[in-house]
Amino acid sequence: MQQLIYFIQKYRYFLFFLFLELIAFQLIINNLNFHNSKFINSASSITGDFYKKTNSIRDYFQLDIENKELLNENLILKNKLERLSQKIDTVAVTKIFEKTNASQRYSYLQGRIEKNQFRNNYNFLTINLGKKDSITPEMGVINSKGILGIVENVLHRYSRVRSILNKSSKINAKLKNSNYFGTLTWDGFDYNITQLLDIPRQAKLKVGDTIITGGMSSIFPEGIPIGSIDTIVNGVSIKRVINIKLFNDMSSLKNIYVVKDFDKQQLMNLEKTENE
Amino acid sequence: MNKIRIFLWITIILFLQILVLNNINFSQHINPYLYISFIFLFPLTKNRFIFLTAAFFYGLILDFFSDTGGIHTASLVFVAFFRLYFIKLFFRKNNIDYLLFDLHSEAFGQVFNYVVTITIIHHFILFSLDNFSFNNINIVLLNTLYSSIFTLVLYFLGSYILRKKQPR
Repeated sequence: MQQLIYFIQKYRYFLFFLFLELIAFQLIINNLNFHNSKFINSASSITGDFYKKTNSIRDYFQLDIENKELLNENLILKNKLERLSQKIDTVAVTKIFEKTNASQRYSYLQGRIEKNQFRNNYNFLTINLGKKDSITPEMGVINSKGILGIVENVLHRYSRVRSILNKSSKINAKLKNSNYFGTLTWDGFDYNITQLLDIPRQAKLKVGDTIITGGMSSIFPEGIPIGSIDTIVNGVSIKRVINIKLFNDMSSLKNIYVVKDFDKQQLMNLEKTENE
Repeated sequence: MNKIRIFLWITIILFLQILVLNNINFSQHINPYLYISFIFLFPLTKNRFIFLTAAFFYGLILDFFSDTGGIHTASLVFVAFFRLYFIKLFFRKNNIDYLLFDLHSEAFGQVFNYVVTITIIHHFILFSLDNFSFNNINIVLLNTLYSSIFTLVLYFLGSYILRKKQPR
């Protein structure tokens, strides 16, 4: 017993040091997992409010660019609306609409990024929507140019989003001109370029082809743009890597939309039913 | 008085790191981590519990704001623990000298060695933990090199300017 006390007394600093390092490593490992990263993140109300204040100053200098982007988006939406109203005008389509009793599946919530991050290997965004806006985990986050990430932690007023520039995020994506789909990942090198894996070999690819979201999950609706093919690295059969240049400039983001899926619960229940 | 000034400087550097230096991203990955000067500014004491705890919470605040889990905490606590060994190695000081120890009054060559060693060790651990695999070790080494140069230039410039303002 005496020896033990003597040992602790002799190495008390080292033991304390080990204790602190253990806590730090626990935090690092928690941060790498999807559902465990609850404790240390920038979505807490202290850090969230802090970033909000500093952002309000920064915003003022970027009003011009923001306005242009919003005008552009308005233009695209107006054109789409015009095309759609023409389609609805024809009788045949109206009938189909009535038959299926089409109801809205997705709705969008407008928000802003309080903190953007793109330098690390595991990047996260903080947005100013939280439980009070009925945000839940695993909702998609997009903006006018493409997808940004998936909501991970939700607090009362802020939530943390796992960016697509995160080594552990995997997003279903497909080619626009065919229905071959694969997994969108990031290797941590260039924040403008992500990687598309698992595209079958028979798919014909060309540099410049557009990649969109696949709609295989209830996170993103189908057809949201992601980027265009930059280079194709041919490896051994399954190892084919397609580098994709994102439409978004991930280093300057401001206005975002969170995708809310009304059918999510139904889809999840359907997947849960057991095979017999 | 002196302690208050050190505390103020540490707080200023913390905010500088969070608001400005974390967003530099020079050629994408290169960032100065000036908060390492916490290790150099904090006064030497015989009881190291306070220093280690302070380093832990200092790193935790940084992690809180930059969403990095615990990598700043782990690397800062690591260099905080080994600071005394480097002081013994480079300056040849004993327990008695700790109270009066001041980096400004030491020879520049020794200070340079001490600061460079601690900075490089800290940056190497930081980037290895950020990478968290053995795959991209060359990138880790390159980042360590460039970011260390960036940090060191900033630190020495800052300490040179501030020394001029308070003549001894």
